[in-house]
Amino acid sequence: MNTVDVRAAITRVHHEEWARIVAALTRRFRDLDIAEEAAAEAFANAVEHWPAEGLPPNPGAWLTTVAIRRAIDRLRRETKRDDKEKEAQMSYDEDRPEPSVAIEDDRLRLIFTCCHPSLALDARVALTLRMVGGLTVPEIARAFLVQETAIGQRITRAKAKIRAARIPYNLPSTEALPTRISGVLAVLYLVFNEGYLATGPDTDPVRQELTAEAIRLTRSIRALMPDDGEVAGLLALMLLIEARRSARVSATGELITLDQQDRGAWDAPLISEGHGLVRERLATGLAPGRYQILAAINAVHTSARDMRDTDWSQVVALYDLLARLDRSPIVALNRAIAVAELEGAEPALIAIEQLEDKLVGYHAYHATRADLLRRLGRTEKARAAYDQAHELAGNTAETAYLKRRRDELG
Amino acid sequence: MQYLVSVIHDKRELGTEAERAAVSAFNQRLKAKGHWVFAGGLGSPDTATVIDNRGEEAIFTDGPFLESKEYLAGFWVMEAPDLDVMLELAAEASKACNRKLEVRPFL
Repeated sequence: MNTVDVRAAITRVHHEEWARIVAALTRRFRDLDIAEEAAAEAFANAVEHWPAEGLPPNPGAWLTTVAIRRAIDRLRRETKRDDKEKEAQMSYDEDRPEPSVAIEDDRLRLIFTCCHPSLALDARVALTLRMVGGLTVPEIARAFLVQETAIGQRITRAKAKIRAARIPYNLPSTEALPTRISGVLAVLYLVFNEGYLATGPDTDPVRQELTAEAIRLTRSIRALMPDDGEVAGLLALMLLIEARRSARVSATGELITLDQQDRGAWDAPLISEGHGLVRERLATGLAPGRYQILAAINAVHTSARDMRDTDWSQVVALYDLLARLDRSPIVALNRAIAVAELEGAEPALIAIEQLEDKLVGYHAYHATRADLLRRLGRTEKARAAYDQAHELAGNTAETAYLKRRRDELG
Repeated sequence: MQYLVSVIHDKRELGTEAERAAVSAFNQRLKAKGHWVFAGGLGSPDTATVIDNRGEEAIFTDGPFLESKEYLAGFWVMEAPDLDVMLELAAEASKACNRKLEVRPFL
């Protein structure tokens, strides 16, 4: 095996094994910091030795053994900790009753710990990407356009809080499970959206490393909890959005709206996988949650070969269903966009203008309003609305699109 | 592991009879399950006195040390193996006393 192949193999093993190793070490040593550091050292060791010695027969086991040794070395070095605490970290508490959840996996415990509701959302995101996703601090900082020191501090503080407040390394109780799962999904959806609607001047409009990572993590959670409807729903939603990624931004970096997209450029295998998940959930006959409804809406869009073939009444009906679970004005705004296709721009405009108070700072409100005003021939007002949308939009592809639309009005 | 559970309130009036009964029943459950350490309700912030004896002589002033709309109305000290167990107890406590709570671990 040449050096290039070994590098590729290490990257692959890193993807496959990182979370498993961190999780196994966290269970054993009851400390995220020790687990993270030891896992990172084990991989550094692999980078050093594998090119010359070749890959071990079982890379995951090799890395785990090295990581455990490193962790024990560190604990021995740390004379500050008293023996009692050390002992606790070296042993695994077998007496704890296992929660009544069918799936037992260290990685799930790790995810639930990193997404614990008592941590701030930005800390949960950073911690999950580091501990579960295996991204480095500079990678996370780059992806979120935040200083490395800030990300480093977020992770350090979160680990300190987990230790001091004793956030357990456990699966949530059956009663708490649905809320805790939605907490995990919120983190993954945030990561995905930050990749999909990347904000900031001079940045790529789509940061694929984030969308890809969010999908990868959601896939692994789905593998661990295959019967959870919302996990399946979120995965389907991500896949159906990701499938349109390359058709959504032009060669010149401008947003291409749904009606203008080359539907032949959509990723057919991703769409088919997403549709399969939506069908699987429909077949259960269970009431869908938020992500499942959003996935179903995207399934309707991706089933139409042409914008004109879209089943808009179905889309509106799904938004009505969603509005019952989620009273957010953003849901109402998206419903109005579908209403415009079904009933015309005038009723849609009346509907969205009722949302102005709540959405005045949201660029999509102004962009939608501008588009409806344009369709109704109210050029003067449309221009002003495009200007407001342009001013508020943070995504470079969107600002380019809004500018052109405004300029076309003359 | 012990946690301080602070009861946060923003109104002047004291707890109702029903709230006191619910808290009392909750405290019994805490004792039965071994989570009880201590608990107490506090006088209003107007009753506070601030003491500073870091200088030459002790200075006593009318409290509270921090003027705010929300104030500490009482507290529990509870014993729990970890934060998840603690948060379940705190959720029950918040329901019983009908107040917002804050949980912090003892060092």
